[in-house]
Amino acid sequence: MSNSLLLTAALLLTVILLAIPLGRYMHRVYDGQRFWATRALGGVERGIYWLIGTSPAKEMDWKRYALSLLLFNLIGGIFLYLLLLAQGILPLNPLHFPGVPAGSAFNTAVSFLTNTNWQDYSGGSTMSYLSQMLGLTVQNFLSAATGITILLPVIRAFARHETRDLGNFWVDMTRTVLYVLLPLSVLFALILMEQGTVQTLVGEIQVHLIAPFLSQGKTIAEQTLHVGPVASQEAIMMLGNNGGGFFNMNDAHPFENPTGLTNFLETGAMILIPIALIFLFGHMVKAKRTAWGILVAMLIIFIPLTLVSQHYELAGNSLFHSLGVTQANTAGLAGGGNMEGVEDRIGSGASALFATVATATSTGAANTAYDSLIPISGGINLFLMQLGEVVFGGVGSGLASFIAFMIFAVFLGGLMVGRTPEFLGKKIESFEIKMASLSILVMPLLVLIGTAIAVSTTAGRTGVFNPGPHGFSEMLYAVTSPANNNGSAFGGLSSDTRFYNLLTGFCMLFGRYWVYLPLLAMVGSLAEKKKIPVGSGTLATDTPIFVGLTIGVIFLVGALNFFPALALGPIAEQLAPPPAIIHQVTH
Amino acid sequence: MLKSLRTALSLFLLLAATTGLLYPLLMTGIGQVVFPYQANGSVLREHGKIVGSALIGQYFREPQYFWSRPSATSPMPYNGAGSGASNLGPNNPTLIANVAARVKALRAADPSEKGPVPVDLVTSSASGLDPDISIAAAQYQVPRIAKAGGIPETKIQQLVRRYTHYPLLGFIGEPVVNVVKLNLALHEIYQPHAAG
Repeated sequence: MSNSLLLTAALLLTVILLAIPLGRYMHRVYDGQRFWATRALGGVERGIYWLIGTSPAKEMDWKRYALSLLLFNLIGGIFLYLLLLAQGILPLNPLHFPGVPAGSAFNTAVSFLTNTNWQDYSGGSTMSYLSQMLGLTVQNFLSAATGITILLPVIRAFARHETRDLGNFWVDMTRTVLYVLLPLSVLFALILMEQGTVQTLVGEIQVHLIAPFLSQGKTIAEQTLHVGPVASQEAIMMLGNNGGGFFNMNDAHPFENPTGLTNFLETGAMILIPIALIFLFGHMVKAKRTAWGILVAMLIIFIPLTLVSQHYELAGNSLFHSLGVTQANTAGLAGGGNMEGVEDRIGSGASALFATVATATSTGAANTAYDSLIPISGGINLFLMQLGEVVFGGVGSGLASFIAFMIFAVFLGGLMVGRTPEFLGKKIESFEIKMASLSILVMPLLVLIGTAIAVSTTAGRTGVFNPGPHGFSEMLYAVTSPANNNGSAFGGLSSDTRFYNLLTGFCMLFGRYWVYLPLLAMVGSLAEKKKIPVGSGTLATDTPIFVGLTIGVIFLVGALNFFPALALGPIAEQLAPPPAIIHQVTH
Repeated sequence: MLKSLRTALSLFLLLAATTGLLYPLLMTGIGQVVFPYQANGSVLREHGKIVGSALIGQYFREPQYFWSRPSATSPMPYNGAGSGASNLGPNNPTLIANVAARVKALRAADPSEKGPVPVDLVTSSASGLDPDISIAAAQYQVPRIAKAGGIPETKIQQLVRRYTHYPLLGFIGEPVVNVVKLNLALHEIYQPHAAG
C-alpha cells in the first residue's frame, strides 16, 4: 500500500506542477496575446482564419456559438460514419478489413464524436489504419477541443459583463487544436515511442514461436502481431480524455502501454488538461482562490475513493485464500493483489489508480479488465461517473459541469443563510437555476431509465456475462458510462447488438448535447448581467465552507440518485458471503 | 447559415487533414528514423528470424521453460492479433474453478514445490499478452526448470536476474521478469548448436 500511496501522491503532485504553467500558457493563447507560441504558429493560425473566412474580432452570442458547435460536430460525425462504412475500399488498409457494419459504425461515430469512445468493436481487428488515423484520431482531437469550446464561453460569462459576446467558436476550436492539443500530443507520442509504443504503417508482424504448442489439437508455431500507428493516437487519446484504444484491450495492451513509466504518464495525461483548465479559469476570471477551491474540492472527492479502491485491489480476492495462492505484495518480488485482468508490469495498485482517474475524468481508458475488479472498486468506478463527470471530468466539459454544481451550491447556500445568490459577481436567478438543474438532471434520468430498460428486456439481459449482482452491474455500467461520455466498460457484456448500439448511442448523444446546451443558454444569460461589487450580503465562494458545500451538493445529487442502483450491484456483491460461492464451486 | 456551413466544412477539412494525416504520418516518420526498434514492435531475432517481441508474451507449457501467465485470448492463448481478458467477475465460480485448476497443474508439473503459488501465475492478464511474470513467479519455477532442462539452478538464477526489471524510483511499475527474453535465452542453451 505504501508504494501505491507514494505513486498517487507523486502523480497528483507532478500533474499539478505541470498544469500550473500550462494553465498560464492557455490563458495567453485564448487571450490572443503575442508571445513565443503565437509568434511561432501565428502564421498558420491566421492562414486558417483567412481560408475559412473568420477572425477573432468576430464574436458570437451563445446561440450562434452553440449552433456553430453543433454544425461542426454534425459534419465530423457524418464524415466519420461514412469513412467507417467505406473503409473496405479506401487505402491504408493493409489487413483488408471490410467496411464497418452500419449499426456499429453509427455507434462508433456517435461515440467518438461525443468524446465518449465507447467501443462496441474490437480495435486492432476491425479498423483500417485510415479509419484509425483520419477517422478516430481526428475525433480524438476534435471532440476534446469541443469540450474545451464548451468551457470557454462559460468562463467568459464570468469574466465579462453586459455583453452578448462569448467568443468565436471557430477561433476557439482552431487555437485549442493548434496551440494546445497538437504540440502536447507530438511531445507525448515521442515519449511513448521511446518507451516502446509502436508507430508503423506495416500491417502485421509474423513471429516464429520460441516453443510451438498444442491448442485444440493443432500445433501453433507462429504468432501474428497486430501493430499500427498507435503512439500518435495513444497520445491524444489520453490527453484529450478520449480513451478509445487502438487495440481491443486498450491501455493493457503492451503496444499501447509498454512500461511502468508509460502507465504513470498515461495516467497523468488524463488529468493534465482538466487541471490546467481550472487554472485557466482562475486567470481568465481573475479568481485564483476560487480556482484553487475547485481543485481542492475535486481532490477531496477523488483521493479517498482512490485509496479505498487501491486498498481492496491490493488486498486481492478473498476467495483465493483457500486455494494455495499467495496474493502478498512482497517488496521487490511481486506486486500481488487482485491480479485477474491486471498486467504484471503495471500492478494492481497502479491499475486501481488508473481506473479511478479514467472514470473521474471522462477518459474511460482501461489498463485492466474492469469487469474483474473487486466489487467495491468497480462500484467506485461507477460512482465516479455517476457524480456527473465533475471530478476533473472531461476536458472542458467537466469543469463546465462543476461550475453548474457551484451555481447550484450558491443558490442553496443563499437560501440557507438568506443572502442574494451571486457567483463571481453575477446574480443567480431563476433562469440560471433552471438551466443548471436541467444540465445536472439529464444524466441521472438517462442512466436510471436506460438501466431499467436494459434490465426489463430480454435484449438487455442476454448480453450479460457474469452471474448474480455482477450481471446487474454490467448493465448499469453499460448505461452509466455512455450517458456520462466516459466510454469504459465492464467488458464481459456483449454490447455489439442492435439493442445496446441504439441504447448507448442515444445515451451518448443526450448525455453530451442535452447536458451542455442548457449550460450554454445559462451562460448566455449570465454574460448579459451587470457585475455586482462584492458586498456584505455576498456569499463568499472562495472559502473552505463553500468548498464543503459544493462537495456536499455533488455527493447529495450523486448518492440520492444512484445509491439504490449501486446497492443492487456492487454493494450487494461486495457483501456476498464467500462460503456460498466456494460451496458452488466445490459441488 | 450557408456561410456557417462553409466555414464549418472548411475548418473541419483543414483540422482533419492536420490531425488525421499530417500528425500521424509525421510521427510515423520520426518513429521510423529515431526509434526504429520500438516503433516496429521491439522485435527479437534469433539467427535473423523473428522469434518474438520483447513486449508481447508467448504461451509456454513445456516444463523446461518458464510458464507465462494464463491468457484469455481466443482462439489460442497469446493471440497477438487480438487481445482480451477473461472478464470474469471476482465472485464468479468459473474464475475460482479456473484458478484452482491452474494451481493443480503447476503442482503436478513439480510435486516437490510445496509453497503457495504467486497469484499472477494463476490469473489471466488484462491483455492476454502480458510478457512478464513477477520475480516471485519466476523463483517458484526455477527448481522445475533446473530439473527438466538439466541446468544448474545458479545458472538459471543468473538469467532471471538478467531479465528482471525493477520499478523506476522504486514505485513506478512493479518488479517483473520478461518471460519471452528469459525463455529465448534458455532456448539458446537447449538448442544443439548448428555447425559454424
